[in-house]
Amino acid sequence: METEGSLAFWMYRLDSWAWLLFETANMAALATLAGAGAALLLAFPAARNLGAGRVLNPLARRLLEAMRTVPEIVFALIFVWAFGVGPLAGILAIAVHTAGACGKLFAESIENTGLGAWAGVRSAGGGWAQACRFAILPQVAPSLLSYALLRFEINLRSASVIGFVGAGGIGEELYKVIAFNYYEEISAILLLVILAVFAIDLLSERLRHRVIGAMR
Amino acid sequence: MGLRQVAALEQDVAAWMGARGMLELRGLTRRFGATVAVDHVDLDVPAGQMVGIIGRSGAGKSTLLRMINRLETPSSGQILSGGRDVTALEGRGLREWRRDCAMVFQQFNLVQRLDVLTNVLIGRLAWQRGWRSLMVLVGARFTAEERAMALAALDRFGLAETALQRAETLSGGQQQRVALCRALLQQPRLVLADEPIASLDPRNAQLVMDALRDVNRHDGLTVLVNLHHLDTARQYCDRIVAMQAGRIVFDGTPAALTPERVRAVYGITEQEFAAEAEARRRAAEPAPVTLAVA
Repeated sequence: METEGSLAFWMYRLDSWAWLLFETANMAALATLAGAGAALLLAFPAARNLGAGRVLNPLARRLLEAMRTVPEIVFALIFVWAFGVGPLAGILAIAVHTAGACGKLFAESIENTGLGAWAGVRSAGGGWAQACRFAILPQVAPSLLSYALLRFEINLRSASVIGFVGAGGIGEELYKVIAFNYYEEISAILLLVILAVFAIDLLSERLRHRVIGAMR
Repeated sequence: MGLRQVAALEQDVAAWMGARGMLELRGLTRRFGATVAVDHVDLDVPAGQMVGIIGRSGAGKSTLLRMINRLETPSSGQILSGGRDVTALEGRGLREWRRDCAMVFQQFNLVQRLDVLTNVLIGRLAWQRGWRSLMVLVGARFTAEERAMALAALDRFGLAETALQRAETLSGGQQQRVALCRALLQQPRLVLADEPIASLDPRNAQLVMDALRDVNRHDGLTVLVNLHHLDTARQYCDRIVAMQAGRIVFDGTPAALTPERVRAVYGITEQEFAAEAEARRRAAEPAPVTLAVA
């Protein structure tokens, strides 16, 4: 049979790769959701203009710094050791890094918000959390969402390589074929990853514009 | 409700309604570095009065009102209300005091991207307790009664049809009346209006002042309002307090504030005073709206 060099030969494991890519995209989505959620909670105490207190403010800032300074791959190694080989470790590792990176951007967004509405809520007897929710969140929501969706694109790339250390997704497969010098398969997987990143970029760009357009 | 709680409640009410004034300021002072914004102010305001505080810019009017609401912390002196020391309050007690003395700002201080109804409902935040406060915090879920209250307040000032619009789509005069609705939803005893008409055109200024007077006359709320215009103060207030360089330099009825008194107090004629106020209004007018870039 002369199949060598044909498309079927090149992509002969497309079914399992497609599944791995799907898993990778899911990892990125879950990690972005969890990370952005944690970032949202930490950004309010971390913002300098909301008077979170002399203990809470530096604590939140240092925590965010710690979370984004340590590379995802290092977190992934730790979590693989703690939770075993599999996507959970990858999701957690990316989520922690996302929380740190997004938290800083979120806090900066909050710091750039005018405090008129804040004074309005506080003067009416609203508590600190209530003022965050009603005076600040509505004003920063579009830019926060924009940052989170941008992060989703970045996280898809991260999720594709984090499998190198056994943290799930297509990275594991990629590592394997690189180790065995299967050049056709390396190129095939890389092509698929690039195509997936393209797709997600386009999708999230559309989503971002639609949601932000609707929120304006 | 136990007997003890009832007794405590009666004591509270007695304290409020009693001989003690609605608001007593004792030697209230606020310094910003070397400058003294408010300098040993003593003032007694009985319940139900509409007090106009006038003065040129920088006289300390705003700082005074912001201190009463505790948005600014006094450097020294005391704020008393019904015999209660407001200056010492913190936590829940402070929030309840702020709820009781609603504030209206020159720049309205509404949440621009929230709808008008929710902006008004912000006045209910300090009333939430227990699990209700969680419902409100997470889902902005106010009760049907509260939303009905908010709509009724909006309807009173002819704004009911704007309830679902974003605050940013309203004119300045409308926004200020929404801010007043928010204040009313707090069910306050006192309304502090910090230059409420300084950024409004004359027609809207009149609408807002009429609304404030209505709140004073019909709801029996004590109103303290900072003003730049002597004429407006004379027209609407029972009592005028004039400030200069952080001190009270006149305190009396509108009739007692004659042009001669104005001249004696401020060293300028009433016309000059009015021109200054007008210049400030023009300067305070919002700049043309620019679209934010995504």
